[in-house]
Amino acid sequence: MIGAKAKVWIERVQNGRSLYLVGVLAYILAALLLMNWLNRPGLRDAVWYPLVSALAFAAFLGSLLLIYYAPLAGLVKGILGLSILLVLLPFLGVRNTFLLEVATQVGIFAAMALGLNIVVGFAGLLDLGYVAFYAVGAYLWAIFGSHQANIAFGTNRFPLEPEWFFLFLFLAVGVAAFTGILLGLPVLRLRGDYLAIVTLAFGEVIRVIVNNLDKPINLTNGPQGIRPVQRPPLFFKPWLNALGIRLDDPTLYALYFYFLVLVVIGFAIWLARRLENSWVGRAWTAIREDELAAQAMGIPLVRMKLAAFATGASFAGAMGMIFAAKQYFINPESFTFMESIGVLVMVIVGGMGSIPGAIVGATVVTILNLQILKGLSLMLNKLRQAGVVIPILNFPLSQWPTQLEPAKYERLVFGILLILMMILRPQGIIPERRHRMELAEALGREEAPELERLPAEEELPPVIPAPEVKPARD
Amino acid sequence: MRKAISQSVLYQALVVPLIQLFVFVAISLVVIGSVVLILAALFNRPVAGGMTLLQFVIRTLPQVAIDGLVIGFLYAMIALGYTMVYGVLQFINFAHSEIFMVGAFIGVELMLALAIPSTAPLMLIMAGILLAVAGGMIGSGLLAVVVERVAYRPLRGAPRLVPLISAIGVSFFLQDAVRAIEGLLNNAFYRNYPSFPVLNQQIPLASFTVAGQPVQMQIQAKVIFIIIASLVMLSGLNFVVNATRLGRAIRAVAQDRPTAALMGVDVDRIIMLTFLIGGALGGATGVLFGVRVGRIDPYVGFIPGIKAFTAAVLGGIGNITGAMLGGIVLGVLEGFAGAYLSQFTGGAFGAEYKDIFAFAILILILMFRPTGLLGEMVGQRA
Repeated sequence: MIGAKAKVWIERVQNGRSLYLVGVLAYILAALLLMNWLNRPGLRDAVWYPLVSALAFAAFLGSLLLIYYAPLAGLVKGILGLSILLVLLPFLGVRNTFLLEVATQVGIFAAMALGLNIVVGFAGLLDLGYVAFYAVGAYLWAIFGSHQANIAFGTNRFPLEPEWFFLFLFLAVGVAAFTGILLGLPVLRLRGDYLAIVTLAFGEVIRVIVNNLDKPINLTNGPQGIRPVQRPPLFFKPWLNALGIRLDDPTLYALYFYFLVLVVIGFAIWLARRLENSWVGRAWTAIREDELAAQAMGIPLVRMKLAAFATGASFAGAMGMIFAAKQYFINPESFTFMESIGVLVMVIVGGMGSIPGAIVGATVVTILNLQILKGLSLMLNKLRQAGVVIPILNFPLSQWPTQLEPAKYERLVFGILLILMMILRPQGIIPERRHRMELAEALGREEAPELERLPAEEELPPVIPAPEVKPARD
Repeated sequence: MRKAISQSVLYQALVVPLIQLFVFVAISLVVIGSVVLILAALFNRPVAGGMTLLQFVIRTLPQVAIDGLVIGFLYAMIALGYTMVYGVLQFINFAHSEIFMVGAFIGVELMLALAIPSTAPLMLIMAGILLAVAGGMIGSGLLAVVVERVAYRPLRGAPRLVPLISAIGVSFFLQDAVRAIEGLLNNAFYRNYPSFPVLNQQIPLASFTVAGQPVQMQIQAKVIFIIIASLVMLSGLNFVVNATRLGRAIRAVAQDRPTAALMGVDVDRIIMLTFLIGGALGGATGVLFGVRVGRIDPYVGFIPGIKAFTAAVLGGIGNITGAMLGGIVLGVLEGFAGAYLSQFTGGAFGAEYKDIFAFAILILILMFRPTGLLGEMVGQRA
């Protein structure tokens, strides 16, 4: 930490941008203090606690976005970002494991949104059954990492030892990608909107199969689901003990899954970025913009679309497996059409085709879903129990219908988000440049065609106007 | 001379579609029924109740066929909403299943408000249901127009996926909006249609013996009502589309929007009216569906919606006759699958898989004949 601080200091002096740095550090500090204050024991029972803690956590995660956009040197950004993700958040999380849980869930959804972003954003193929691949990954490990495989295959070899988890992580990626190709082969020749409905149908097919495959052979245990699912080994526990850190197993697992997801998502971001700027990514863009033209340019349509499908599916497969191990229990309820739409909402809120957008979208939607809506419900219940009366209407909250609970209305929120985003800002919160221009053109809205100023550009020295070339006299 | 032409238009618009419809029903029943019979004869073996599989199939076939037909008519009417909108806008109105659901809710609220006693005479009950159907039609039609105005019209001309995503949003919004309203009013999110013993009674149609098997054909009174109501509405729609100025304008917009506009057709108005008609049909279907199944909830539209879309694709999307054919074929297929899958596979796969059946048909049709059974080649319009 001290070394990092020193480097930060040096950079600050070198850059002459200390004001920004001070601002960012002050923001992080303020968020930390707020989070720390919220950890005080007496506050948890307060009516406003769930909502305020959700907003505080969102503000804390927002510091990452602030760092991303602040005009600072890349190294400083990296140090600040990593210190938040690797040090501060786990530190807060050990004291309040719910934060780790939310952060892990955000990470899982962010990776899925990145995967769906490849399919929807890069290649322009609307996939409404994305959760099917998530289910494939989850059930792959759930079946072999539990007693379920014994029932299905009549052996007693299973569950596999925890060490197999890592092998299966790669296997899940492969199997999900293979499923993606299998689904893609027949349907990818279809036009965009047909493809959407067929993928939706496929998602439902997977759910119905999983729901009913407790006979003739009991592979998925039907609606009851599978429990317990094997968790990965806590190989680092002795090391932590040697360091004198003693934590109970649930906290360790929460930390473990948090870091595991962090690693996977780091890899996913790296991969998505590499793909975006590769010839494959450009081929996808070409397909998205104009299929006929792309084909005329010699891009193999079906192969490229399959590649997009398989890549997106593999992200979901890996995340499904981590989800299964994290949850300890899975059943078909976790893999409904709602989940597919949830991930789609993340991609669309963030901005189709935009990598930071997918992550921001996942964060916003997950916190909205897991913390804010649930927090509102908790608040409502507390107010109801306290017998609060709405002042002007003279309406006692105890008579508020139990059906009207914010946590049950995520569809409403998703629906409004989708409609508003499409009408007001189809390019998303953090638009990808080409998408924005394309949409502006299509909807006939005036938008300056100038390129978005990327934060990195501001670090360049001011452009010196090129000396005027005098026209040669003749 | 003029009179003869107008008479023939009327004939074209009313009688021909009805004949077509009966031909569709007959063909799909005969073809699918004989396939099932052949399969049963091939895999004949004893099943429960001391019968062989073939005997079981022969005994139950007429009943299953009637049930399938009813579902088929309902699918056909929902499919019309998809196919008409697709015809004029080349856009899948994903929210149509929720328009249908809202119709079912308006119907149930009207029925409950009317509070017709369950022992009331048949005519009174019929009048009540017809009133509910009319209410559902008006409510759903207006809702469809509002949805078009708010969520689709601003997006006309955007890339194809943009209005589709907006439609998905509308669909989700409507589901929970209805749930919120019902929650506020009744603190429950489902409603039960009042049940009338008169409508539930089984009317024997015929009983005869085939191959030594006594076959009983009976039909529920409300099923007769549903079939008649759908026939009336389907022929009414055919009349509107094929024999009126409005219908001609709709067809013109579907064929070529810019040219239709140049010829003096108010395209926005026609699109609005298309949504109104499609929505009204959806709403009426919602009420009939509710009368048939009894209990409805805000998520009741989703599965019939996808199936009706499948039916529209099966018949050839954009094609009104095709949607009817597709609905009937799909309904009959599904009825057979639901009734016989478990017997044919010895209990390994039950009726739960009948949804998969419909989706498999969707995927197969899109793979091998994307234009549908009756569709002509549609250009790859972007």
